Amino acid sequence: MEVLAPGAIVLAVLGRFLPVWIAMAVIIGASFACRRRLGTYGQIFDSWIGAIGFGLVLFWLLTALMAHWVAPFDPYVQVRALQNKPPGTFTAEAGPYLFGGDALGRDVFSRMVYGSRTVMTIAPLATLFAYMVGITLGLPAGYLGGWLDTLLSFLANLVLAFPVILLFYLLVTPEIRQTAIPGTMAAVLFLFPVAFVTLFLWSRLRDRPDMLWRWLVPVLAVGGFGYLGLTGAWDPTGLLRMEPNTLNIFLAVVFITAPTVFRIVRGLTLDIRTRDYVAAAQTRGEGPWYVMIWEILPNARGPLIVDACLRIGYTTILLGTLGFFGLGVSPESPDWGSTINEGRKLLRVYVHPALPPALAIMSLVLGLNLLADALREQAMKD
Amino acid sequence: MLAFLARRVGVMVLTALCLTLIVFALVNLKPNLVKLAKEQTGSRISEQQVEVWLDQNGFNRPFLVRYGEWLGGVATGDLGHSSRFNAAVAEVLWPRLGLTAKLMFWVMVVMVPGALLLGVLAGMREGSATDRVLSTVAIATTSTPEYVSGVVLTVIFASQMVGLQWFSGSATSAADDGITLTNFALPVLTIAIYGMGYIARMTRASMAEVMTQQYIRTARLKGLGFPAIVLRHALRNALIAPFTVIMLQFPWLLTGVVIVETLFNYRGFGWLLFEGAANNDIDLLLACSIVAVVIVLTTQLISDIGYVYLNPRIRVG
Repeated sequence: MEVLAPGAIVLAVLGRFLPVWIAMAVIIGASFACRRRLGTYGQIFDSWIGAIGFGLVLFWLLTALMAHWVAPFDPYVQVRALQNKPPGTFTAEAGPYLFGGDALGRDVFSRMVYGSRTVMTIAPLATLFAYMVGITLGLPAGYLGGWLDTLLSFLANLVLAFPVILLFYLLVTPEIRQTAIPGTMAAVLFLFPVAFVTLFLWSRLRDRPDMLWRWLVPVLAVGGFGYLGLTGAWDPTGLLRMEPNTLNIFLAVVFITAPTVFRIVRGLTLDIRTRDYVAAAQTRGEGPWYVMIWEILPNARGPLIVDACLRIGYTTILLGTLGFFGLGVSPESPDWGSTINEGRKLLRVYVHPALPPALAIMSLVLGLNLLADALREQAMKD
Repeated sequence: MLAFLARRVGVMVLTALCLTLIVFALVNLKPNLVKLAKEQTGSRISEQQVEVWLDQNGFNRPFLVRYGEWLGGVATGDLGHSSRFNAAVAEVLWPRLGLTAKLMFWVMVVMVPGALLLGVLAGMREGSATDRVLSTVAIATTSTPEYVSGVVLTVIFASQMVGLQWFSGSATSAADDGITLTNFALPVLTIAIYGMGYIARMTRASMAEVMTQQYIRTARLKGLGFPAIVLRHALRNALIAPFTVIMLQFPWLLTGVVIVETLFNYRGFGWLLFEGAANNDIDLLLACSIVAVVIVLTTQLISDIGYVYLNPRIRVG
């Protein structure tokens, strides 16, 4: 059994990420060259903070996409000889494990790389769904006001007054999967994206029925298929099936995030509602949903994009929290929170299994937060 | 003011009732009750025996009757029986809550002055090099959740690998033998770091806004030095917004407390919540929830009242 020198480990790790470096160089180089023509996206590169943030996020995104090329080993395979071995250890048959082996003899480096997939799919998707819910409810609450606003705001405050950790313990348990609660929550929450897209098209095209149907029929077909698949009601292809626990986690995260988005959208709507262009649209005789979706929403996009960056970072932290408490996707899964949870038990003796996923979470969230900060600075300048 | 207060308290009580109702419903789901029955009587019982046990112990009565009964118990101070510790919940809960209060006290002592200093220094000269460095530091701390900073700090200061070993990686002894720097530094720092950045950023924004006000210009024109302007004129007005934020941090700190108490094995309220959830201890989990909900709602109320009190320009309506 031999161990690589520290320098050799660093070189090997950098080498494993080679496809990521190449893709990053191409994307950043191309974006930087035409940054003047790319609008808000191009302005990210005007500040160091934005460029670093974008680089970190892009790094993890590409790592998640190319995990099967970056990771040298299967994240689930256990090699007895390499249990708890320090970084760089290899034997004649196996290794080298660049970041060492964990308590079960799995490759810490490969697990970290594959772990990015879980985070990079669930966190942005859950944020997107939370935005659909928050926008669909926040716009009418702010624009129409009245009892609807009072009721929705009360409900949002109710969820926000729940300590996050308590909600997780109550919603992500093995017992709750035997009840109808996750199914009902999925049926309600997944309805919002379909409703939002329908309202989006209907408010614009309702005077032109031929165009409306041309768009609405395919959208409803795809949306309906997705809805039935995700709620688990009917899915012949097996394409959209989510593991019950993944679905549970997804729902819990959407449920916690949506009220915050609701409050932001409602606040922005209250502000924008008083502008002249809204009054102009009202005078033209546009319906309330047209004003909300086509006048108010596009003008609220700046703060919403900034918040979405922060929100994805926060969702990443939430997913890590779930993993840390052993409520992660599955006990075996290489997601970062679960890996930290396993690694922390032996932390005082073996530090290498817990440290890489911890630093991975931190760098991804840092990237998102820096990106949000740069976008906010840009918005203030304009 | 009185009408405002009455309405806020009314909404608060209504919210508390709704929340406890939801929690009560969620911990009393059928699978949880079946699990409890099996734990209490030995796991090899038939479904019929489960039903008999549930009937005997009153778990099959109408939901609202049981909720009312539990609420009545809470009002008279009877929080039920903990199956995990085999003792009255009240006996288990209050000492643990005291331990967590100590932890929170030290977190506040470290976090609040640190965050305010960071924010004021960054915000008093907006756009300067100091500002940019300190703002980036603040962003970095908000990107470091407790389970990350806890792990990193333990590796640096407590593991055998790095070998600094300044502090202990376990806070168990703090509960029994009293708090020392060695056993309490890491848990306190871990929570403080994550909360600090957010408060610092709010303070910075508030400070930067105050520094552009007319009366600051007047103070400068009448010849006051920069430190005097910041300390005597700007600071008081700049600290209103952070006060609200600090109060609203409590619900977030609760998650941190559970993580840190698990990570450093400090047996306080967070650990109790974890144990209650992990062991399907219905009464204990309910009691923990009501404590958590009361803390959250009270801090919201204090933050509302404090905001009005500190800033007389705000109309109460």
